[in-house]
Amino acid sequence: MKGPSVVARTIGLCVLSLVLVFADYRTGVLTPLRSTLSAVAVPFYWLVDTPERFVNWSADTLINRRDLLADNEALRSEAIVLRAKMQRLSVLEAENSRLRELLNSSEIVSDDVLVAELIGVSPDPAIHTIVLNRGSSDGVYVGQAVLDAHGLMGQVTAISSSSSRVLLITDATHAMPVQINRNGVRAILEGVGRLDQLELRHVPATMDIQVGDILVSSGLGRRFPVGYPVATIVSVSRDPGQAFAMIKASPSAHLDRSRHVLLVFDSIVRSHDAEL
Amino acid sequence: MQSSNGQWVILVSFIVALLLSVVIVPRWMMYFRPEWVTLILIYWVIALPHRIGVGTAWLFGVALDILLGVPLGVNAFALSIVAAVAYALHQRMRMFAFWQQSVIVFVLVGLNEMLCHWVKSLYADLSGGLYFLLPALVSAIIWPWVMILLRHFRRVFSVQ
Repeated sequence: MKGPSVVARTIGLCVLSLVLVFADYRTGVLTPLRSTLSAVAVPFYWLVDTPERFVNWSADTLINRRDLLADNEALRSEAIVLRAKMQRLSVLEAENSRLRELLNSSEIVSDDVLVAELIGVSPDPAIHTIVLNRGSSDGVYVGQAVLDAHGLMGQVTAISSSSSRVLLITDATHAMPVQINRNGVRAILEGVGRLDQLELRHVPATMDIQVGDILVSSGLGRRFPVGYPVATIVSVSRDPGQAFAMIKASPSAHLDRSRHVLLVFDSIVRSHDAEL
Repeated sequence: MQSSNGQWVILVSFIVALLLSVVIVPRWMMYFRPEWVTLILIYWVIALPHRIGVGTAWLFGVALDILLGVPLGVNAFALSIVAAVAYALHQRMRMFAFWQQSVIVFVLVGLNEMLCHWVKSLYADLSGGLYFLLPALVSAIIWPWVMILLRHFRRVFSVQ
């Protein structure tokens, strides 16, 4: 290699790399550049996704007429059941609104959602992130909540114009405020790096919590909207010698199976409850 | 002699390596995924040391960082150092038998993983463990086939 020696060049590039890492992680200086360059990454994920897409496409296209009619019928019945539940939901929402008014709390506005498709997952098993096919051109923003049909999945951490990266709740670096659906008791739910398990840390042994309790988002972090199911408690162990109980929960969302997800546009007006 | 002869072969091999780095595999297989980008980088540094060096390695690293969604510079840092070491060893590597080369590749890929881990530890709280050795092992095992394949393409397309 001509020019400056290999060692000098290596050291120069290493220093530059560390400066970039610092700039990218600590400051937002490189975010626009990242965002633009990430757009180039989308074709890679799209290409890699092709076999799966082809399999799905064949399954959809090569289905016979009888199966198609049966699927149609099943979907129609499901749609009717869901619509009936929706009627009940709007009645409950109205009642909730009136009750909140009585308590002098501000109104909760319902959320808009956007359907997105998973186009990639993080290849590193220790990092739980997924890539979606919606980006800033669809209105996606950093911090936006993502959920599937069964519960909360995570939040958006990086966006480009047509894709976004989502950190899942099961990642070891993720924690979110939740409350128990049954009694409103609040706690923090942390990921431990496993797709099937989450932990409630620093929960006093005296807290009223049982196996089977459903945890919903409490909205306290101003990140996730209120009231979406997150996990179900699977084990509670209270060791008399320990101040805190060891509580494990299983996520409600099908984190390793969901292909279609929803991005929630959070328009909630935070209320200051009289109870608080 | 056209100095840019066959440049596209290097580029295509690099793009294929990037694709293989993110192809979706079952979760258990993720631990055994070889470091494709590191492997092809090592090959090209050894085969064409006057052409592919730490600068190219740095660019490969930045591209990998963008693809994986990690802070810019993590893989760039590691791959620059791996390229420098591979350059220092390039003459000896050509004379080694396949299994000896695999041992060197194991060390180089392990070095790559450790460097990435170190850079990440500067900004995040990371768990330890020797999991990084598994990709290094798999990479070392498949090295002979990767080397033969790339050498074949290099000769066929007279990449210089």
